Amino acid sequence: MEKYGRTLLAKIWDQHVIARIGDDTDLLHVDRHLLHDLGGSRGLLDLKSRNLSVHNPELTFATPDHAISTAPGRAGTSKVGQELLGGLRTETSAAGIEMFDIDEPGQGIVHVIGPELGLSLPGCLIVCGDSHTCTHGGLGALAFGIGSSELTHVLATQAIIQRRPKTMRVKFEGRRPFGVTAKDLILALIGHVGAAGGTGYAVEYAGNAVTDMPIEGRLTICNLSIELGAKMGLIAPDEKTYEYLRGRSYAPQGKMWERAVEAWRQLPSDADAMFDREVVIDVEKIIPQVTWGISPEHVIGVDGHIPDPLEIADPVRRAAIETALDYMGLKPGAPIIGTPVDWVFIGSCTNSRLSDLRAAAEVARGRKVAPGVRAWVVPGSEMVKRDAVAEGLDKLFTDAGFEWREPGCSMCLAANGETVPPGQRSVSTSNRNFIGRQGPRARTHLASPATAAAAAISGAIADVRTMER
Amino acid sequence: MPKPFTKLTAIAAPIMRTNVDTDVIIRIDRIVGNSVRGHLGKWAFGALRYLPDGSENPAFILNREPYRRAEILVTGPNFGCGSSREAAVWSLQEMGIRAVIGSGFGDIFFANCFQNGILPIVVDKEIVDGLAVEVENTQGAGRIGIDLQEQTITSPSGKRHSFEIDPRRRAGLLEGLDEVSLTLQRDDEIRAFQASDRVERPWIHFVGKSA
Repeated sequence: MEKYGRTLLAKIWDQHVIARIGDDTDLLHVDRHLLHDLGGSRGLLDLKSRNLSVHNPELTFATPDHAISTAPGRAGTSKVGQELLGGLRTETSAAGIEMFDIDEPGQGIVHVIGPELGLSLPGCLIVCGDSHTCTHGGLGALAFGIGSSELTHVLATQAIIQRRPKTMRVKFEGRRPFGVTAKDLILALIGHVGAAGGTGYAVEYAGNAVTDMPIEGRLTICNLSIELGAKMGLIAPDEKTYEYLRGRSYAPQGKMWERAVEAWRQLPSDADAMFDREVVIDVEKIIPQVTWGISPEHVIGVDGHIPDPLEIADPVRRAAIETALDYMGLKPGAPIIGTPVDWVFIGSCTNSRLSDLRAAAEVARGRKVAPGVRAWVVPGSEMVKRDAVAEGLDKLFTDAGFEWREPGCSMCLAANGETVPPGQRSVSTSNRNFIGRQGPRARTHLASPATAAAAAISGAIADVRTMER
Repeated sequence: MPKPFTKLTAIAAPIMRTNVDTDVIIRIDRIVGNSVRGHLGKWAFGALRYLPDGSENPAFILNREPYRRAEILVTGPNFGCGSSREAAVWSLQEMGIRAVIGSGFGDIFFANCFQNGILPIVVDKEIVDGLAVEVENTQGAGRIGIDLQEQTITSPSGKRHSFEIDPRRRAGLLEGLDEVSLTLQRDDEIRAFQASDRVERPWIHFVGKSA
């Protein structure tokens, strides 16, 4: 018998072991494989070229999101984007894989639609050729991103080879202060442990700030796991999870639903479970966060000052800060508030769900985007879009001077030429402020939807707490 | 199928920045499409390697001799973090890189390296820093030796360091094994698992059904 209780990770992991094949390394069953336009057809064509077929097309689902245009009417999808979309249609249809196509309910950013359709379930092992697959961990799934070769492997075998990661538990304790969102919590954590703090770990988020948090916020928290280096992030399923999933079209129904919930109730980590590392974050001390540099770990509270390299003793860190400030065009030691912005992007698998759009709308309502600022709102999915339109959010945003667009990844990774122009500064609700991420020489500040909306209205980085009503 | 990796003695280029992400290794606009492979080497580290006018940035190490001919990268902490794009590994491979040595790598990048016959080696930061200093002190002339069979790195001055590697992955690299065919040899086990799991967790297999 084991000496200590078992973690959520261990319980899910053990349920998926087909065979032990090495030191701490197992062949695991894949319950859901999600494909998108950037890598989906490539994987299916790769399989064909090896004379292999898809092992379980009924457990594989596809949607275009990365390389399609999000302009109204999908105008301006690049030639190669169109080829990838066409390829995804042809190859999924030939392989018997269900695809959620543009303009259909179900289409959207792959990490938005999985939970929304009930494809992603607690205890489920989910992979996708995208590093933000960790998002689905917000429902208590074991979900992680894979590369192209692994993608082909999963198509061919419905299984994946993985070494069991170490475990880290992060407890977010305390009540979230006014103006502080899930995004601020996870950015603050990344600032605290660093962009490599979670490398080699699966991170379980716990604590009362997480149990109190609605599912969409939990998805945001898990989404940024990869930005602290952890390929997997997960949160124990609870009544909120079941309430969120109940009745969703691809979730189990009727008797099957009852049975599933019964099984899911066994998943949370035992009280005496041991983790390789524990971190506790006092949520009450967190204020709205904004990044100043070229890694998500370059983050400060919105009332903070841009670091001054001269004050840093360690030469490696000093050089890193100098490089970041040079790229970002920021003045050492200056307050971050008041930094003028050119672009605002509200969207991405991090922050494009209905609650995110509502939070931004709350700030934008009755106000105007500052002159000279272009602000985009890109809903995460066709269903988010329809729900938002039904509430009048599209009109609210366009009245305020925002552009309302079609669902997709858009300016988060700029795969369809939707870029921030060189040298321009954006406040973005996405997940990466890397060099060139939003376009060559684009300067990205990551923030929550509310803080991004505040920047659009103010024309500069602003403290949303002074603007919220 | 990946090319086997056994031994290598080669020019090494230190890229010691922290958190070099896969977007920096290869920008997204270079990798959209199904026929990008074979055209990526030129675009590896594009943001660092080229100036805004498209000319080479002379300050970037891979634009200088002898580092242009490097087959090994000595890297700063958390190299390859970020996106899962395997094209990051392809682009390094296409510019001639066969091994990367660092104190830690992005988990997905690390796995992608093995899939393509590139050896990522994790050793203590002091060893990485020491290798970078030795290479720089010889203006890149001093070569680094890697022996995967023996699990050793030899520095330009002849210092030997051993490194750890997962035995399964080591065997895969030494023999250039193809994981898909290996796993398909276990297809009976996969199907047996699915048969019992359909009873155990039917909601996984009968998607959206009620019974």
